[in-house]
Order: sequence, then structure tokens, then C-alpha cells
Amino acid sequence: MKTSAGMEKIARNDLAGFRKKAKTIRESILTMVHQANSGHVGGSLGATDPLVALYYHVMDHRPDHPDWEDRDRFILSKGHCTPVLYSVLADCGYFPMSDLATFRRPGSHLQGHPYQPKTPGVEASTGTLGLGISTGVGMALGAKIRNQGHYYYILCGDGEIQEGQVWEAAMFANKYKLDNVVGIVDRNYLQTDGNSEEIMPLDPLVPKWESFGWHVQEIDGHDYLAIIDAVTEAKAVRGKPSMIVANTVKGKGVAFMENVVKWHGTPPDNDEYNKALKALENGI
Amino acid sequence: MEYKETRRGYVDALIELAETHPELVVLDADVAKATKTELFQDRFPGRFFNCGVQEQNMLSVAAGLAMEGFLPFASTFGVFATCRAADQMRNSIAYPKVNVKIGATHCGITTGGDGASHQSNEDIAIARSFPHMTVLVPGDYEEARQATLAAANHPGPVYLRFGRDSYPVVPEIHTPFSIGKGKLVKKGSEITLISTGIMVNEVLKAQEILEKRGISARVLHFPSVKPLDEPLLIAAAKETRGIVTAEEHSIIGGLGEAVAATVAANCPCAVRRVGVQDVFGESGMAGELMDKYGLRAPDIVDEAMRILTMK
Repeated sequence: MKTSAGMEKIARNDLAGFRKKAKTIRESILTMVHQANSGHVGGSLGATDPLVALYYHVMDHRPDHPDWEDRDRFILSKGHCTPVLYSVLADCGYFPMSDLATFRRPGSHLQGHPYQPKTPGVEASTGTLGLGISTGVGMALGAKIRNQGHYYYILCGDGEIQEGQVWEAAMFANKYKLDNVVGIVDRNYLQTDGNSEEIMPLDPLVPKWESFGWHVQEIDGHDYLAIIDAVTEAKAVRGKPSMIVANTVKGKGVAFMENVVKWHGTPPDNDEYNKALKALENGI
Repeated sequence: MEYKETRRGYVDALIELAETHPELVVLDADVAKATKTELFQDRFPGRFFNCGVQEQNMLSVAAGLAMEGFLPFASTFGVFATCRAADQMRNSIAYPKVNVKIGATHCGITTGGDGASHQSNEDIAIARSFPHMTVLVPGDYEEARQATLAAANHPGPVYLRFGRDSYPVVPEIHTPFSIGKGKLVKKGSEITLISTGIMVNEVLKAQEILEKRGISARVLHFPSVKPLDEPLLIAAAKETRGIVTAEEHSIIGGLGEAVAATVAANCPCAVRRVGVQDVFGESGMAGELMDKYGLRAPDIVDEAMRILTMK
């Protein structure tokens, strides 16, 4: 199976293919953040599986033609997780893999948070939380006005949805019946200062989104089949936006980083980096 | 003297533009009756989107629409556009240089009865501090109309500032409008008076008062606060003894400081600023507040005399 630009897709039932790709991406995340000595590794590792499912199976996109009008759009509303987004975009061929070594360096197109004008494949400039979902629903409204058929996949952090603007966007998407929006909440229960339920409780998430008029599914965010099937169901919903609450593990794939809040924004030192690569190796 | 609303100039221009700019859409945040965008909605309901009381979401949504090739004009009161939604204006619009126009009405102290909470005296300062942002402050209905037309044809973010009240129509400024250009309204050799926005009328009155005293005042009008017409300004700094700026805005961060910074760097001369001092306003009629907060021709004359009597 190929996209129009010839990028290899991973078949729905090719579990080994997804795992192999995710391992490559996770290695890249660790290397980028280690080299830059700066960046967000925990959330990036946790969001790797949803991004792999989207970019290598679900979405129709052309890395050699980033402005192709009918492409599906992915918006990283949790903008700090650029390591996973840039790793995926480079691996897909949007820009050279070698660019990843310039992450967070002066002159690089790979800013700490996504900057659409500079980076091929980045659809929206995000960073301060809540902006991405609003921008995404604005883009989706534009596609509705023009009767275009592509979809907008918007990944929000769970901490992020404490922002009031997220709920403004939620109301807006409901009002304008934006059924071309498929949101994903990366539900890992951890934010910068600790457990989300202690910092600012979010549960129960599913009825919250339902009460805002969204079609909501809750899945295991590391189960590729579950992600793909949830997207298929979301795309079949008409007249309302969809939200997928994806339960994930922050730091997924590197045992000593899993569910440890320290790894939200701390780069690994040399020892930790080597240990992390080894942990990935053992995990597959 | 004829009085007309600057916000009406904005919406009349939008209706005009709708024919020639099929990608133009108008957003509002539950103040369409006040911003007058309901007149656009009546004519083009499919191109009007009411975002409810969501200024933050509205500005990011506008950014998203612009990224899909639309030309959104997001409309609300200045205080909400700049203070409530400063992050969205900065990070969704200015930083990625997205083609969004922000139509801000009810700016300045002449917003009147609603009181200080709604009187945006800081919006020029906030908007002009963001890189990539163009800031236009028209002086009357016709200039508001022209500024809106110019903004539509100018790629990138533009902040357009309008008031709530009816303001004097000033035929002297009905010359071709160009972003980044100031207007030489009256020639003069001893002192320069510079207005932005609705203060042009008070500045012209001040010029007359000075003339009666035998003082020749040059009058410049800068509807484009950013970019500023530096050549016109520097010439005035060189050719006259000093500059008085007049704006219906805080003296902090607005036209006055922009002028002072440019003059200080290029041709230092005395610059004195007429505007709202570092205070919040209060409820009252527009005219009463202009009197009380020192935004009248005699206030401008006083500042001019201070410069002219400096040793």
C-alpha cells in the first residue's frame, strides 16, 4: 500500500512493522533531546505510537509535496513534543534526517516548539497550550466552507486541556459541526508539576467531552489497532467532531522513564542516554 | 461639523471588499451589534462566523482560516483583542505572520460609559510590541474605511483601531492612504504637532490657536503607527524646534513613545506627549472624558508652549 507520493504505509495488521517504526522514532527522540541537551522526552515517547499509527497508516499525505491541498493535517497542540513530531517528519522524508541534529540550535528550522513557516510538514505554529486545537478547528472550518474532504488530527496533552481556550474550541467545533476534526487527548496523567488529578483534576474525561457535543472513544493509546479502528469510527461520525481519549504512558518504551514526571522536560545525560537506548533495545 | 463612526468605516469597507475578495470572512465575538459587523452578516451570512464570547479562540480560529487561504477579519473590542487574547495575537498570528486582520473597536477613553474596564488605552502599545504586526489608527470614518481597504491588500497581520463614538469628519486627511506613510496636513516651521487616530481634530484646533498667537505649527497625522513614517518625522525634527504628539491612548507605548524613540536616535529634539497619563479612566460621556483626561486642543497647545519656552 502506498500514498500518492510513494511513501510506504504500514499495513493495519503489521504489528511488527509498527513496533519497528516506533522503536526507530523513539531512538531518534532520545538522540535529538540528548544532543540538544534540551527538550521534552517523556511526552514524546508517550505520543510515539499515536503518531506512528497516524503518519504511517491513517493519514493521506505526501512528504515530497507538503502543501498538497487535499492532505490530511496533523496539528501538535501539545507543542512541546516536537522531538516525536520532527523525528516522524524526517523519517517520512519531509526534510533530511541530519537536520534533527540542529534541534533547538540557532539558525535551525527545528524550533523548540513547532513553527509552521519554517518546517516542512508542520501545519500550525503551537507552543502556548490551547492554541493548536483552536487553530486546528479554524482550519477545519475553512475546509468545511470549501467542502473539502480531508481530516484534521489534533493531538492535545491532558495537562493542556486545563486551558480554558481548549473548551472554547470544543464549543466552537460542536457549533459548526466540524466532523472533519479528530482530536486525540494524550492521557498520561502527568504534567510538569506532577499528577494531573492532584494539580487540576480532569476526570472523568469522556463525559466532559461528550457534554461538549463531541463523539468520544477511550482507547489504549499504545495499541495500534485500537488507534486505527478508533480513527475509522471517528471518520464515520457525521455532524459532530470526534475525540479519542488515548490512555498512554509518559516515557513509554524506556522502563526507567515510564510514569516518572522528571522526564517531562529533563534531557538525559550520557549515562541515561545509553541506558535508555539499551532499554529500548530490550523492549522490542 | 459632520460626525461619523470610525467602526462604521471599518464595516462599510468590509462590505465593499466582500465583492472583490471572495476569500474574505468576518468573525466576531458576540459584539457584532457593537462592532457593526452585523451589517456584514446581513449581507453575507455565509461568510460571517460568530464565535460567541471567545476572543482567544476567535483569534486562533482566524489564524487557522488564514492558513487555509482565507482572509479573516476578526472583530471585537480593543481591550479584549489585545489584553484578553494577547497570547493568541502573539503566538497564533504575529509570530507565524499569518494573514489575519484584527478589527478592534471601542478603543480609547471615548468608549465612555462602560468605564475603565472597557476603555482600551494600552492596545497600541501591546499590538505594536509584537514583531510582524502592522498597527493602523485611523482618524475618522473615511480614513477608517481606507485603512481597512489597505489592510485587506497588505499581506500579514494588521491591527486596526477604531472607536465607539461618532467623531468629527476631517477632510484634511482624506488624501491617499498608504501603510507606513504619514500625512503632512499643514505646513509650519516652529513646532510640529503629530496626531494619530481621532486626535487629528484636536491637533488641527491647536494649530489654529497657535497660529492666532503668531506661532507656525506643522501638523502631521500618522494613521500608521507601525510602521512609522520615519523620513517625514525626522524632517520635522530637523526643521522645527520640537514635537508634540497627541493620541487617545496611554502616553506609555503608543505614538508618543514611537516618535520619541525615532527622534532620539536620529535627530534629538524635545518631544512632549499628550495622551491618557498613566491612569485608568472612568465612566462618562466621551467629550467629558476627553476634557478631564487632557485630550483637548488647549492641552496640546500647553505642551507646544512648554517646548517653545524651553531654554
